[in-house]
Amino acid sequence: MNDEFSCQEMSEVVTDYLDDALPPDEQQRYERHLTYCAGCNRYLDQMRETIRQTGMVAREEPLPLALRERIVDQFRNWRRG
Amino acid sequence: MHAPEPSNSEAELLAALRSGDENAFGALVDAYGAAMRRVALAFVRSSAAADDVVQEAWLGALRGLDGFEGRSALRTWLLRIVANIARTHAVREARTVPFSALDFAPDSDTDRGPAFSPDRFQGPDAQYPGRWVSFPASWPAEPDGALLSGETRELIAATIASLPDAQRVVITLRDVEGWNPAEVCSVLDVSETYQRVLLHRARTKVRAALEDYLTSESP
Repeated sequence: MNDEFSCQEMSEVVTDYLDDALPPDEQQRYERHLTYCAGCNRYLDQMRETIRQTGMVAREEPLPLALRERIVDQFRNWRRG
Repeated sequence: MHAPEPSNSEAELLAALRSGDENAFGALVDAYGAAMRRVALAFVRSSAAADDVVQEAWLGALRGLDGFEGRSALRTWLLRIVANIARTHAVREARTVPFSALDFAPDSDTDRGPAFSPDRFQGPDAQYPGRWVSFPASWPAEPDGALLSGETRELIAATIASLPDAQRVVITLRDVEGWNPAEVCSVLDVSETYQRVLLHRARTKVRAALEDYLTSESP
C-alpha cells in the first residue's frame, strides 16, 4: 500500500491541513509531499492567497442609523411592557 | 472575530441593561449591532430582510436576558440568536426558490460532486494516478496585494453569492468575517468536520474562479 498522498488527495485535505485538523500521521504525509511537489506547493499557496483575498471582501458597514433607532425604540417598549 | 470583546465591562453592562438603562443598551447595540447585521446578511438576500432579522434578534435577546448565564461570551450568545432567526427567515424566503436548502444537518448540502475537478489529475490507469496532469498555472505576482482590484473583489463576492446556501454562510463567516471554526460551529450548531466540508467546497470554487480570471488575462 502506498502511504504517500497523491496530488489529488493533497487537494482534498488542504482545508483540513490549513485548519490544523489532520491527524498527526496525515499531517506528516502532507508535509512530506510538499517537500518534493512544486504543483502542490503552488496549490497550497493559491489556497492561502484565496483566503487572504476573500478576507478583504468584508465591508465594515456601520449599523444604519434608522435601524439603530428602531432597535432602541423597541427597547423602550420592552422596558415599559 | 475582529471586534474587541468588552468582557470586563460585560457584567456591568448586563446589570445596567436589566435595570432598564437605555445608555447601556445603546452601548451594546453599538458594540455588536454591525456584526449581527453582517451575520444576517450572510443568510438573507436583502438588506431590508437583514434589518428585520437584526431587530427581531434584539427583541429575542431582551426576552432571553434573564436566561443568559454568561456561559458563552455575550457576543457569541447574540450572534447565535441572530443566526437562528436569520436561518428561519432564509428558509421562509427559500420556499419561493427551488433547490434552496438552508439546512446544516450533515450531508444536507446538495452539492455532491468532487470539490475540485478530477480531470486535473491523472486517472487510475495512468502512469502516476492522482498526480497533476499539469501544475496549476501560476498567478501573476503583484506587490503588496495589488491583486485585489475592485474587479477581483467583485468576482469573489459574486462567486460567494452564487454558492449553495450552507457553503455561502460558512465561507462568509470563516473567510470574510474571519471567525474561527469553533465560533462557526457554535453559532450554526454543526460539527467542525461538516463546517470544514462546506468551507472546503466553497474555497475550492472561489480559488477556481480566481484561477480562471487571473490566468485568462493576456500577459
